Amino acid sequence: MRITAITLGITALAAGAALADPVEPMSVKYDDYGAIETSLSGMPGDAVEGKKVMSSRGLGNCVACHEVSALADVPFQGEIGPSLDGAGDRWNEAELRGIVADAKKTYDGTMMPSFYKTSGYIRPGNAFTGKAGTEPLPPLLTAQQIEDVVAFLLTLKD
Amino acid sequence: MTVRAPAPAYLDGHLPEILSGWLFRSDETQDLQRDDFDNPGMIFVDQALDQWAMVDGSEGKSCASCHDDPADSMAGVRAVYPKWNADAGEVRTLAMQINDCRETQMGAKKWGYTSGDMTAMEALISVQSRGMPVNVAIDGPVAATWEQGKEMYYTRYGQLELSCANCHEDNYGNHIRADHLSQGQINGFPVYRLKNTKLNAAHDRFKGCVRDTRAETFDPGSPEFVALELYVASRGNGLSVEAPSVRN
Ligand code: HEC
Ligand code: HEC
Ligand code: HEC
Repeated sequence: MRITAITLGITALAAGAALADPVEPMSVKYDDYGAIETSLSGMPGDAVEGKKVMSSRGLGNCVACHEVSALADVPFQGEIGPSLDGAGDRWNEAELRGIVADAKKTYDGTMMPSFYKTSGYIRPGNAFTGKAGTEPLPPLLTAQQIEDVVAFLLTLKD
Repeated sequence: MTVRAPAPAYLDGHLPEILSGWLFRSDETQDLQRDDFDNPGMIFVDQALDQWAMVDGSEGKSCASCHDDPADSMAGVRAVYPKWNADAGEVRTLAMQINDCRETQMGAKKWGYTSGDMTAMEALISVQSRGMPVNVAIDGPVAATWEQGKEMYYTRYGQLELSCANCHEDNYGNHIRADHLSQGQINGFPVYRLKNTKLNAAHDRFKGCVRDTRAETFDPGSPEFVALELYVASRGNGLSVEAPSVRN
């Protein structure tokens, strides 16, 4: 009996992993307003991880452009975009996912980079080396990192 | 020093006025630049003055052989570069002209485009125009190059899809993380940076800014950066030549 239970357990995990196949950047479905209905990774986001992604220079570095009071311990927050305080009241999950994945679909021509896009660039580089990169480039954030960021943004209520 | 001036008409109202990068630096950094005895960039100007009189190359000549005292011969030169050279039929930056003199007049080896020798010589020549208004020509034979530079200024390069204008026109005065964005003017170049303790050429700054957009950069001295320099210089027409400036 025990053996069966373990087997089942493993099967369930494998099924979970299959479900969690991320949506490739090229295949993401945006609605007319730039929102994305379903999770890009097939998994729920983790707000604690999302916080890290938003604060880290090597990841989202969202604070380069945005102030976030909930990240008060992160120094030198930028002033390029609007403060993200209350973003979880202004937008629903699908809208936030769309903004983080490709903000240009919500705001035409915005300065905010597209974090889940891999081609269509002018002189794409290999990260910050200054050397040429080859498209498709790895997206700036993974599907799961985007879900994590969205989960954190949803906690930002006024 | 004129550190704010009316925006040239060809900026089409994109900037309400033009501002020197000096205005965006801390009080301490501003003070360092104001006093020649404190300005670390002036050490390199002194070195270049020695170089000026040094014979180099197959022709047995120094800069001084032909140009005598830079205070006279080089007064006003920086303010109008990059400029058209009719004999060569090309837009020349100061660095290109210096290397042309080294090669064709002195029979000496060219200096690296952004090398220490080059930036020091550019600083020496620039000091002779300090306080004079930048006044590069944008029409006539340079018009096509100027247009090319303008096009580049508004192109959103790299994976971050950011143009010079995104940062230096739309957001000057704002912080991007810890950096206080200026208008990206080059009236202060070459600039001494406290960060790397040397003089930095404008093309190295351009390269760093393009690299920061996760793009493939252009090379210092490339035709593209020459065009960009002409255009960016023209955006500062009316500001004083300030080199060597001090930056963090
Ligand atoms: C280079 C600048 C820049 C970076 C980096 C950046 N943004 Fe933005 N963002 C903007 C700008 C500018 C806007 C405003 C949209 C507009 O009008 O163009 C914006 C808008 C937004 C909005 C909607 C505004 C609101 O709260 O109502 C959200 C949410 C957002 N960004 C989240 C993020 C997240 C999360 C990241 C990092 C993963 C990020 N941004 C990185 C510039 C940036
Ligand atoms: C043998 C003579 C000779 C020597 C040596 C020489 N130059 Fe020149 N230089 C010239 C001539 C001639 C011109 C004008 C070139 C022209 O207009 O095409 C010139 C032009 C210049 C200009 C541009 C001036 C302007 O008004 O546009 C600069 C800057 C310059 N030289 C710097 C230097 C430096 C620095 C050195 C030494 C490293 C040097 N030159 C050595 C002959 C010389
Ligand atoms: C992502 C933002 C960003 C972009 C895009 C960008 N720059 Fe910069 N640039 C900076 C920052 C930050 C600094 C340092 C602070 C300052 O002087 O603005 C800087 C500094 C400069 C300076 C030095 C100004 C001085 O007085 O010392 C010049 C010149 C410059 N940039 C030109 C350009 C040009 C030309 C482009 C386009 C090819 C460009 N930049 C694109 C962020 C950017």
